[in-house]
Amino acid sequence: MAESPFKADIERVQKEYSEKMTPGAIAYIPGSSVINKTGSWRVFMPEFYRDKCVRCYLCYIYCPEPAIYLDEENYPVFDYDYCKGCGICANECPTDAIVMVRETK
Amino acid sequence: MVVRKPPITTREYWAPGHAACAGCGCATALKLATKAFSEAMEEKYGDPNAFAIAQATGCMEVVSAVFPYTAWKVPWVHVAFENAAAAASGIEAAWKKKGLKGKILAIGGDGGTADIGLQALSGMLERRHNVVYLMYDNEAYMNTGIQRSSSTPYGAWTTTSPPGKYSIGEDKPKKWVALIAAAHQIPYVATASIGNPFDFVRKMKKAAKVDGPAFVQVHCTCPTGWKSPLEKGVEIARLAIETGVWPLFEIENGDFHNIKIQSPGGGAKVKREGGKVVAIEFKKPIEEYLKLQGRFKHLFKQPEAIDQLREQIKAMWKVLGVEVTLPKPEE
Amino acid sequence: MPIRTVMKANEAAAWAAKLAKPKVIAAFPITPSTLVPEKISEFVANGELDAEFIKVESEHSAISACVGASAAGVRTFTATASQGLALMHEVLFIAAGMRLPIVMAIGNRSLSAPINIWNDWQDSISERDTGWLQFYAENNQEALDLILIAYKVAEDERVLLPAMVGFDAFILTHTVEPVEIPDQELVDEFLGEYEPKHAYVDPKRPITQGTLAFPAHYMEARYTVWEANENARKVIDEAFAEFEKKFGRKYQKIEEYRTDDAEIIFVTMGSLAGTVKEYVDHLREKGIKVGAAKLTVYRPFPIEEVRALAKKAKVLALLEKNVTFSVGGALFQDFSRALINEKEKPIIIDYILGLGGRDVTFQNLDEALAIAQKALNGEEFEEVNWIGLRKEIL
Repeated sequence: MAESPFKADIERVQKEYSEKMTPGAIAYIPGSSVINKTGSWRVFMPEFYRDKCVRCYLCYIYCPEPAIYLDEENYPVFDYDYCKGCGICANECPTDAIVMVRETK
Repeated sequence: MVVRKPPITTREYWAPGHAACAGCGCATALKLATKAFSEAMEEKYGDPNAFAIAQATGCMEVVSAVFPYTAWKVPWVHVAFENAAAAASGIEAAWKKKGLKGKILAIGGDGGTADIGLQALSGMLERRHNVVYLMYDNEAYMNTGIQRSSSTPYGAWTTTSPPGKYSIGEDKPKKWVALIAAAHQIPYVATASIGNPFDFVRKMKKAAKVDGPAFVQVHCTCPTGWKSPLEKGVEIARLAIETGVWPLFEIENGDFHNIKIQSPGGGAKVKREGGKVVAIEFKKPIEEYLKLQGRFKHLFKQPEAIDQLREQIKAMWKVLGVEVTLPKPEE
Repeated sequence: MPIRTVMKANEAAAWAAKLAKPKVIAAFPITPSTLVPEKISEFVANGELDAEFIKVESEHSAISACVGASAAGVRTFTATASQGLALMHEVLFIAAGMRLPIVMAIGNRSLSAPINIWNDWQDSISERDTGWLQFYAENNQEALDLILIAYKVAEDERVLLPAMVGFDAFILTHTVEPVEIPDQELVDEFLGEYEPKHAYVDPKRPITQGTLAFPAHYMEARYTVWEANENARKVIDEAFAEFEKKFGRKYQKIEEYRTDDAEIIFVTMGSLAGTVKEYVDHLREKGIKVGAAKLTVYRPFPIEEVRALAKKAKVLALLEKNVTFSVGGALFQDFSRALINEKEKPIIIDYILGLGGRDVTFQNLDEALAIAQKALNGEEFEEVNWIGLRKEIL
């Protein structure tokens, strides 16, 4: 399975986590927002059917988070840690390879 | 099966974990804008990271930079609501003196650009700073809770343009900041939309590569403020293009006689003379765009208001030198 | 070698900027400060100053561009006055909160309405809560020197706060006085390069400046600005000492004049100190025990120095060109803060005078003295007194 492009950011922020006030309240760890697992907001989750995917990249392009990255074969990988479940990917998918289903947690 | 390469860089400058609403069109726009910038900087300077952002107060600022965290993986500075263009001017000047190659991206919403930040924007453009100003236009003050801006379209509900006995909702036509920017005769001005991401990325790259200032106004769905279904964000933006509500154009060096118009799609018939678009016959009625949004719901009880909006859209296209016909929905 | 010449305070400020070698300057014309950006434009046009001069469309954008440039890690300078400073108000807090050591020259001028282009201190006094350091110059030499000192203090890692240097409209901005221009090499040694460790806009080290802080973090952010102001007390003393060593001119947070056996001490700031010192001489000739004191540093407010001064007098007579309506002058509040819990303290009397360019004459000062003497004799007195009012037109 491919790695999230934010893996290094996640590791760094976990290691260097600090609330210590800096001069000017500057945030020094780029991409440190990855500590917030916004997947908990989700009501509907995208289910992906790889066999239907034509690798058009539209879901990858549109995802606002971004919670979709690409694997070694350029198929989309859904990062449920961050996916807020908006459903744009499923709505835009030209081959119905993405289907929104209610969260069962 | 032949697999195309991804159509855009996989480098990321906008990290997840930010607090934008689910389905935020502006978040998509910023993600794509930074990727486009990265490609442009790589092509122009051989350094994909040779850019920095100055951002106005607004939704995309408060969701992305909450101490001690940040969604940004690019140097980023926020100062206030009305001065992103001025702050960008200062950063650009500092980079010049430091001998840093690259371009500054200033970002503001429609309120921070069309209203309170218009003066600073005009100053930055007029002084010819090497800055791209990206206006993410979700057509109201969303950060403060959906108040009308001068970029709010005619007829739209907002909390300060509520429909009522004496009101059809917003009663002024939308102000097109792109045209004001173009009047500064700067190298490059464009409108774009998340409904056509490839066009948007192409324009952002062009804006990033020109020497001097550029301005891009990108239409972004706000499901919260537009009262629209989360999953329909891109579809709605696309319908805005296909119905004629949102024109896609480019103006170089303030040459209003040679405005480049992009084909809207959606079955629209485009008539060209000497390479120039002179007329467009739209096939989809604007109602198809309006009906997906709660902010226009009340208009369907007042068809004359929708006709009025149609007239305004025609007038806007006329400024662009294009005669348009806008169909009414079939009965 | 230092050059002795004559110039206006505006020119002295421009010269100070030139000597400090800021990389980015952003300014907008306003009376009485306009000559500062004009002169800097000449320096840049002639190649004497290697800086980007951004000719902005407003003071709001002037300070915003300075914030952008300073956030990008370069030394910056601007100049303004009055309405221009008021227009910057919002961004002044931001510059301090983002810990950006911008230095700004102020041609101290009144605020509208009615519109008036002449001197008082209402403009910068009204910005006393922004977190900026504030210095006030008595003459054109001080205007030049204090701008250099302001950079030294502002950029100190223990401080990292913006600083403004005020000098009185027309009385100094437009008046030619002898000024010694310090040697560039010595200034270079004194200031060094500005290479901030905390703030930069560098693609190799991307950071996020200007964050939002929730209630869980906001107070700590504000407290660090408080701490930086506290730290500035010591750093200012160090900078004054180093300046004296290098350039031979001595500065103190509060400069005293004939205070040793004084019963009444007149306290003021800016060019009025010159008038008051002359007035003290005039009274001393008559055997009246008075002295004078001048605040060179107003923010951070020199609390310990005020307490030391208070020990020397029975009456502190505060002469101030500003007003906080329904309260008195700002100095009155600040002095009250410094002395309120002291066991022994002098009577403090507040005088509001010289607003909007009204001359302050010996006759006005006689009026002030008479009230102070009443207080000294245990008679009733007004705490806040408007001096030099034309009662006949009220």
